[in-house]
Amino acid sequence: MVERTPFLNFFTHLILFIGFIFCIAPFVVVVIAASHNLKDVNDVPMSLLPGSDFWVNIKTAWTTADLGPKLLNSFIMATGVAAGKVIVSALTAFSIVYFRYPGRMLIFWLIFITLMLPLEVRIVPTYAVVANVLEPYQAILDLTGISWLIEKVSGVQVQLSLGLLNSYSGLILPLVATATGTFLYRQFFLTVPDELTEAARMDGAGALRFFIDILLPLSRNNMAALGTIMFLWAWNQYLWPLLITTDQSHAMAVTELKQLIPNVGGIPEWHIAMAGTLIVMLPPLIVVVLMQRWFVRGLIATEK
Amino acid sequence: MEKRVTFGKWTIGILFAVPQLLLIFTFFYWPAGQAVYWSLTLQQPWGGGNIWVGLDNFRSILSNADYWNSITASLVFAGISTGLAMFIALVLAALTDRQLAGSRLYRVVLIWPYGIAAPALAMAFRFILAPEAGFMAVVNRVWPGFWDPGLDGADAMASIIVAFSWKYVGYNFIFFLAAFQAIPRSLIEAAAMDGSGVIRRFWDVQFPLITPTIFFLLVINITESFQDSFGIVDIMTAGGPANATNLMVYKIYSDGFKGLDYSGAAAQSIILMLLIIVLTIFQFRFIERRVHYR
Repeated sequence: MVERTPFLNFFTHLILFIGFIFCIAPFVVVVIAASHNLKDVNDVPMSLLPGSDFWVNIKTAWTTADLGPKLLNSFIMATGVAAGKVIVSALTAFSIVYFRYPGRMLIFWLIFITLMLPLEVRIVPTYAVVANVLEPYQAILDLTGISWLIEKVSGVQVQLSLGLLNSYSGLILPLVATATGTFLYRQFFLTVPDELTEAARMDGAGALRFFIDILLPLSRNNMAALGTIMFLWAWNQYLWPLLITTDQSHAMAVTELKQLIPNVGGIPEWHIAMAGTLIVMLPPLIVVVLMQRWFVRGLIATEK
Repeated sequence: MEKRVTFGKWTIGILFAVPQLLLIFTFFYWPAGQAVYWSLTLQQPWGGGNIWVGLDNFRSILSNADYWNSITASLVFAGISTGLAMFIALVLAALTDRQLAGSRLYRVVLIWPYGIAAPALAMAFRFILAPEAGFMAVVNRVWPGFWDPGLDGADAMASIIVAFSWKYVGYNFIFFLAAFQAIPRSLIEAAAMDGSGVIRRFWDVQFPLITPTIFFLLVINITESFQDSFGIVDIMTAGGPANATNLMVYKIYSDGFKGLDYSGAAAQSIILMLLIIVLTIFQFRFIERRVHYR
């Protein structure tokens, strides 16, 4: 603030406050609606004073959509994606930054291009690959004539097949196969002083030792930021789990919400739907609130 | 930028990259190639491989009124929701950056919406905007039949735009605020010394300095409006009424997995991929060079 601007200050407060209300209102409405009973929630206008059925509704939503195991599934998947990203991208960035080998730039660009096409866009063929992940390798063997050769020599027909539909790996692996984290690490590794590498080498550390004992501890901030952002991203995935998990035992909390959409006939059970919505939106919200610093940092760092 | 000091054994170096290379080959390059192949062939209904049809799939897609309707809906959705989300976020960030009392609170709260899953917030807005209960019902009491997303295409489009914008205001806010705070205070103070007021300073100093962020967010918002809209559409409108909210990704999903028309869905995927690639290249080549004030 450089000068006195009482009028403008008033408008600043006013507009920010309106923005604040609009931002917070949906959360408040969800909580209040989740506390009403069937009659009150369908009242027009709905009372903004909380009702008394909050825990009953939460319990009903929990059992109707079977949210316990679903939340566990979501948690496993989101943790898997976050961990996979944090580890795989660190390895790749290390390889790209700290080694010189032919084809290094090719690898860099191969990874870079994956940033362009999100999963949603290539959903149909990716689904087919996950139905049999070894299909690409089978096709390569067929095309190069190796499978023909094997069949001639040993009489065994090569038929590679491994379906990952309805499995955690099928859910997690395709979501890990993007470049977001790699560039975050790359930027950071480039700022690590060369003297550190020299000193480590002088003390007799090899590549692996340097990576584990020096580089990874230094990247702790990056890992926290990347982990937070990837956890949220994976938790909030919808289209991919919807396709991959036809089996109820692997369904996610977010996809299960669809079960709670009130049907058109009869009086809509919005109180149950809102209770379910609250349960599903709470874990990521807690992560955002507790990990705010890493969240903001990760968001800005992964996109740029 | 390159490292001066590296490790000698490059065979080990390649090994470090192998996990990621395997992943992107299996789950990125192969499917992307497969999509191209499918889009140029037609699967025979009784099995027995695909027959080559050249660009026929594209021709039939592009001559389909439903598809053009889906493109129009996507563009309307992308345009309005991006404009809305960015404008509101810009105003809020500029005001928060004035750092009056309480601005810390806004900084914390305004980013919450971005953490929420699209389907969950879609459910919340489905209730808030429901014609028979919730809050638009009050308006419907006063003017009966004013609002019904289940019957009126424009109302349905408005609902998904509101839900999407609500989420992305938070996202844009983070980036705008970071951009504003990166502007050196001395610049603002110097401008104030020269006698310019708050509005003047915004247009002549701050706004030009954050144009890179504006263009960056423009591209991100548009691409996200193609992808992240799926959950919102699926929960709130399911593409209806009468295809009014049948956005491109939703149509790919329903044609490919409900209609089992892989070739048509693949052709649509290719068109969407090209669209997104053009946007991304536009961002990297054109914008990064032109908009540079530092």
